[in-house]
Amino acid sequence: MGSIAVFVWSDMPARTHSDSQASIQARFLLQRGEFVLDAAFSVPAQGVCALFGPSGCGKTTLLRAIAGLEFDHDGMLQVGDMNWQQGAHFVAPHQRPIGYVFQEASLFAHLNVLRNLEYGLKRIKPADRKISLEQAVHLLGIQDLLQRKPHSLSGGERQRVAIARALAVSPRLLLMDEPLAALDQRRKLEVMPYLKALHKELDIPLIYVSHALEEVAQLAHHLILMEAGKVVASGEIQQLFTRLDLPLAHELEASAIISADVSGFDPEFQLMQLAFAGGVITLAAQPLQLGEMVRVRLMARDVSLTLEHQSATSILNIFPVTVDEILSTGSAQVTVKLRAAGVPILSRITRKSAQELKLEPGKKVFAQVKSVALLS
Amino acid sequence: MLNESDLLALGITLKLAFITTLILLIIGTPLAWWLSRSQWRYRFLLEAIIALPLVLPPTVLGFYLLLMLGQNGPLGGLLQSLGASPLAFSFSGLVIGSVVYSLPFVVQPLQDAFSAIGHRPLEVAATLRASPLDRFFTVVVPLARPGFLTGAVLGFAHTVGEFGVVLMIGGNIPGETQVVSIAIYDHVESLEYSNAHWLSGGLLLMSFLMLLAVYGFNRRFRLVRHAS
Repeated sequence: MGSIAVFVWSDMPARTHSDSQASIQARFLLQRGEFVLDAAFSVPAQGVCALFGPSGCGKTTLLRAIAGLEFDHDGMLQVGDMNWQQGAHFVAPHQRPIGYVFQEASLFAHLNVLRNLEYGLKRIKPADRKISLEQAVHLLGIQDLLQRKPHSLSGGERQRVAIARALAVSPRLLLMDEPLAALDQRRKLEVMPYLKALHKELDIPLIYVSHALEEVAQLAHHLILMEAGKVVASGEIQQLFTRLDLPLAHELEASAIISADVSGFDPEFQLMQLAFAGGVITLAAQPLQLGEMVRVRLMARDVSLTLEHQSATSILNIFPVTVDEILSTGSAQVTVKLRAAGVPILSRITRKSAQELKLEPGKKVFAQVKSVALLS
Repeated sequence: MLNESDLLALGITLKLAFITTLILLIIGTPLAWWLSRSQWRYRFLLEAIIALPLVLPPTVLGFYLLLMLGQNGPLGGLLQSLGASPLAFSFSGLVIGSVVYSLPFVVQPLQDAFSAIGHRPLEVAATLRASPLDRFFTVVVPLARPGFLTGAVLGFAHTVGEFGVVLMIGGNIPGETQVVSIAIYDHVESLEYSNAHWLSGGLLLMSFLMLLAVYGFNRRFRLVRHAS
């Protein structure tokens, strides 16, 4: 049995009726030297939306355009009921209710942590203060740093202060530009839990720039996929991760993300069951509640295919699936998109195996899942 | 020791340096800010003009200023036709001359300090709801503190030390336009070395102490900045 990576998780934010219709709609045409950003997208104004793509594809520029830090005359931006840019109408960055976290913490060097936090807080109307300073401080765990100067903090601490500072203005839209990219692995693991806590605790839509698939898989509900200044696709992460016409499904780290709920525990073997439309996933037990919604990640390379249900095998997770689509990934391998009662799953196998199994769309096979990562 | 006219000259020198520094900070700040942010392709032209007093003999600068400010000059004539007194050989004339002469000493440190800040702190402040003017006073000014201090002290010290420009446009009127540097020259001419010593020594000490303060402060400030 393969390793089971474990993260602590709870899934999609609860949808409230009032803002279930709200969306963020944008269209920008910006030229910066040789680079042209020609991007349009529409995503729901709730949950975490990841802006994903290779370095230099324009993710940061697009995020800056949303904040109003990049401006060209051709653009449109509507966030819920607020129109921030349309023709000659342009709302200056300091008049937009946003919170922005830059790649480097960029704390004000001349102010201590508390003054950094208060800088934005002091500039919003008391009536707009929905997140208190105490709440922002508590959420990021920086109680003990308040009197310190930025230069005496570690990279991870600085970035947590920067996130708290952005929260303290009670933004109606949070924008984060690879807030973990400048940190080493240890600092990343230090900040990640705070990021995950954000959408659970606060009902603020977050647009998150990243080029790390791992981060996206853990955090995002929606995805905007970019390449060379253009938006290639946007939509729900489950759908986009498994679309064979997109580069994501052909990455080494290609995977499917499945939402499931905790349906049972097996105390004898310390296992638990997660139910989803396509069947039941069994994995090592975690301290979760029965019925709790969780998210798991199935790596394409951990999913193998058989024509018959294997009974003599160490693999616990075997699902009947239907082949949906097959596309080659490199010269020796193919990526197969499967449906387990409608739920998309990816499998990475050799072209030889695909031929020997006579795989073709519509064929019914069994997917053997070697390992499942519980995300949180 | 210092005689009465030496003290008078010292008073005029300090007054001139204070007023000049004040004016230079007021006009130099927006000018330096604009120079540090402007994308204008001919910006270098203005930078070269501002730097001119660094290389020009003060007498050359003084000569042209005299022509400008004198009764028959464009500026002097204009003022005279408005009923004002001519600027040449007056304290006001000295102030104008000093401002032009010391301009690069204030503008360049400020421009360097503003450029060093970069765009990021201002963008951060913008995303924290600060308006452009608010950003300037709460982010740029505190972060450019070493630049302000350096500019002010260099502008002050340079004005205290000017000689050629003052001689050309101010003459040597005791109590009106006679500054310390000219008083020293007069003392040496009349072989009053003792007076010259007192004035020169005083000026040397004052200049050294001012620069000491600036470098000492900026060193500490830079150490703190670099650490973050």
